[in-house]
Amino acid sequence: MPSIKLENICKYICRNVELEISDRELLVLLGPSGAGKTTLLNIIAGLTDYDGSVLFDSQRVDKLPASKRGVGYLFQDLFLFPHLDVSANIAYGLKARKQPHDGIQERVAELLHLMKISHLAERYPKNLSGGEKQRVALARALALSPRVLLLDEPLSSLDTQTAKYLRTELKQLQKKLGITTIYVTHDLAEAEEMADRIAVIQDGQLQQLGKPEEVFFYPVNEAVSDFIGAPNILHCDHCQSLGQGVMEASCGAMNIILPDDGNPVRRIALFPRDIYVSETKPPGPEVNRFKGVITSIKPLGDGVRLEVRVGEHKLLAEVPHHIFEDMDLSVGKEVFLILKLRRIKVY
Amino acid sequence: MINGLKRLRPGWGIVPVLIFLALWEIIARLNLTPGQFNFPPFSTVMVEFYQLTANGVLGENFLASLTRVLIGFCAGSIAGLVVGTAMGWTEKLNKALHPIVSLLYPIPALGWLPLLMLWIGINELLPITIIFICSFFPVLYNTVTGIRNVDKDYIRVARTLGASDIKILTTVVMPLALPNIFTGFRLEAGMAWRVIIAAEMVAIPTGIGALMMKAESLIRIDIIIVCLIVLAVMCLSFEKFFEFLETKMTAKWR
Repeated sequence: MPSIKLENICKYICRNVELEISDRELLVLLGPSGAGKTTLLNIIAGLTDYDGSVLFDSQRVDKLPASKRGVGYLFQDLFLFPHLDVSANIAYGLKARKQPHDGIQERVAELLHLMKISHLAERYPKNLSGGEKQRVALARALALSPRVLLLDEPLSSLDTQTAKYLRTELKQLQKKLGITTIYVTHDLAEAEEMADRIAVIQDGQLQQLGKPEEVFFYPVNEAVSDFIGAPNILHCDHCQSLGQGVMEASCGAMNIILPDDGNPVRRIALFPRDIYVSETKPPGPEVNRFKGVITSIKPLGDGVRLEVRVGEHKLLAEVPHHIFEDMDLSVGKEVFLILKLRRIKVY
Repeated sequence: MINGLKRLRPGWGIVPVLIFLALWEIIARLNLTPGQFNFPPFSTVMVEFYQLTANGVLGENFLASLTRVLIGFCAGSIAGLVVGTAMGWTEKLNKALHPIVSLLYPIPALGWLPLLMLWIGINELLPITIIFICSFFPVLYNTVTGIRNVDKDYIRVARTLGASDIKILTTVVMPLALPNIFTGFRLEAGMAWRVIIAAEMVAIPTGIGALMMKAESLIRIDIIIVCLIVLAVMCLSFEKFFEFLETKMTAKWR
């Protein structure tokens, strides 16, 4: 399987994109809609013309048409051929390449088995569920043993439960087959779960490339930070285990209780939406509860973002509009912040 | 209740026809129709139908019409399919030919008759050419529309799967355009019969249309009605045949 390199790619919104993807890696292209993610996939697949260069294993493939690049492409809307049954859909590429009949049958059976859809072989796409269609489309994309697999928001049309299940399976499959894979999504949780590395794309520009934790804990600029939910990043001075599966991390004046997985904690990411704001002192033990003063109030799309000073830290917290209206919050007012224990991310 | 009606439906269709025929018979026998020309009862028409069949007149004229329809329709459809496919698949060709087709398509097939009578003369080629024109344009038009309506993403998928252009055309685009193409066939199969009758009435001495004109000059209303029945049955069966073919070829996946 090849490594992929994009050199100075320009097309539509994409401007001077430089990107390197290692052999067997699963790279997630993360970014909002219209950021140019699908355009980049189409460029790598050879489905559109472009300026710049695409290299597979240091070989330029710019002159190769899509049919010769050896790329498996799973489109967002799948586009299973409606007039062909499942077997024929999977066999399509093999037949197009004029492979021997026996070999085709064997390969189709193998893929049906691999994707656990042998019982669907003779069904037509109109009689398949969303998840089943997904598996067929993936089998079809894998049939030619592609060197590179491109997945364009492959799970966006599925219900959460099916998507979660398929995600795990997809990741395992990718590691098993060792295909260099680029996975496009705008979903943060999906990116974090799938990625070896994440490339954050905004307005056609590569903003940041790194492991998921690097993106979450060291966002390179405000644009990336905002896109991933503007997490509050706290540096931990030291941490100690309290036994019973919890630990205490000291971040300046804030002592935060966290689940203890045995690893030391250097950084903590708290997402504004995961911080409760209360006007009165909350009841219960004084764990992960902090007193602070509001320093700014800014309306957002679906809520209101408060900046609260806690000791030397300035934390962002989000309050939904309807709750904000019921509260009497103003700059300079003292409030209490409650951190949701299970939502704290650590590095 | 609804299920019960559904189960009865195949047999039900014949009932209104029987009522219609019975009314026809009664009205004709009681002489309830206005006007000086008699209106033959259904039974008389059937007797005439039998006699025309037995003496070979109906068969001979019917065969003449059928042959013209089949040759003209097949040739016109195949030509329409080929040119339509080329136009639908090749953007440049479409741009070049589309204005011409748009101008010629609205001309009714019979509109060509005077011109063709002068160019071709009164012979077998004349009705066949008329049917050719009547089939060619609609099949062409529906084929172009069908092919151009196929979602381009199917083509992109096929391309990433390594298919050549010709392979994509034959294995993806044409099958997906079939429903549209069949609409063209279905409409034109019936239309071919309507047009051939008209052409034979005006210009050709043989065929069902010509037989009708002869009957008219002899004031044989029963023969005219026999011809109309044959025409109705043929239009319907041609349309049904293509409907059946379409269902057979696309029902599995549509």
